[in-house]
Amino acid sequence: MTSLPLARDRAITASSSDLFALTKPRVMSLVVFTGLCGLLAAPVAIHPVLGFAAVLCIALGAGGAGALNQWYEVDLDSAMKRTANRPLPAGRMSHQTALHFGVGLGVFSVLLMGLATNYLAAAILAISILFYVLVYTVWLKRRTAQNIVIGGAAGAFPPLIGWVAATGEISALPVLLFAIIFLWTPPHFWALSLFVKSDYAKAGVPMLPVVAGVTTTRRHILLYTLPMVAAAVAPWAMGLTGWIYGFAAIALNALFLILALFVLANRATEPARMRPEKRLFAFSILYLFVLFGALVADRWLVA
Amino acid sequence: MTPQDPGSEQDSIRKRQRDRARLMALLLGGFVVLMFAITIAKMSINQ
Repeated sequence: MTSLPLARDRAITASSSDLFALTKPRVMSLVVFTGLCGLLAAPVAIHPVLGFAAVLCIALGAGGAGALNQWYEVDLDSAMKRTANRPLPAGRMSHQTALHFGVGLGVFSVLLMGLATNYLAAAILAISILFYVLVYTVWLKRRTAQNIVIGGAAGAFPPLIGWVAATGEISALPVLLFAIIFLWTPPHFWALSLFVKSDYAKAGVPMLPVVAGVTTTRRHILLYTLPMVAAAVAPWAMGLTGWIYGFAAIALNALFLILALFVLANRATEPARMRPEKRLFAFSILYLFVLFGALVADRWLVA
Repeated sequence: MTPQDPGSEQDSIRKRQRDRARLMALLLGGFVVLMFAITIAKMSINQ
């Protein structure tokens, strides 16, 4: 056996678990779930194999975008405690491997989506990947405190893609589903950024609490919760869904609003005393899962 | 900090290479099965 030069081998020794970690699996789970819900809520039943392929493509596209995000942000990730152990900042993978893996996953997911479902779904998937990588990661994230307001659109595409994969067209309900996630993203991330503010400040990311302070951020959380509530209740109010979704939407949004008010009332500046923010952040994840779950239950049980 | 034994480092590299090769084989096999299933599904829809 020939000996292996260690410096060169850094590039080829990333393990499969490191490659998996590069896809941001936790973010991907939410993306896959909302994409699947968009697909299942559509009025047209899709062939199970093609439905599986569509969800797989959404997952691979999100994974590719996550990998490219980590490839571009390695300097930020190494500066933040929360992300310092990711494969790239920890030195377990070469930059080239991450770049090839991300581009490969992204291109493959779009081609497979076009082949398995339709070109409109593939085009929206391509736009969502490019939006996350170019608009959010490269352009907005380091430049403006509004980074996640606009960048949130990238994470809002999956239910729209799922719906279009099944139906081949865009209608009012999937646009509202897009709007819900788009408007949900700022309160969700601002709640998180309030209690990891020092991490963002250290890395030089202009998140709202770093730039405008905690009081303004708390006010913004409530301000963005209001249109989110309107968008979330709209599908039921417009008669696009039944009572299961309507009941879930009203209950979940009332709770979200109450938790946002608790955040507004909190005066703490140290992360240890930011229980309302931590509670809102945790609830916001549950909120999205239950709301979209109710949408599917409504479509299959009521319609 | 003690320097890592070059032999064990090489073993670890080989292990990772085998691990990735096995994963690649699985993924390629999965891709073939998926393409076959998509083709059959498309054909059944168009009939």
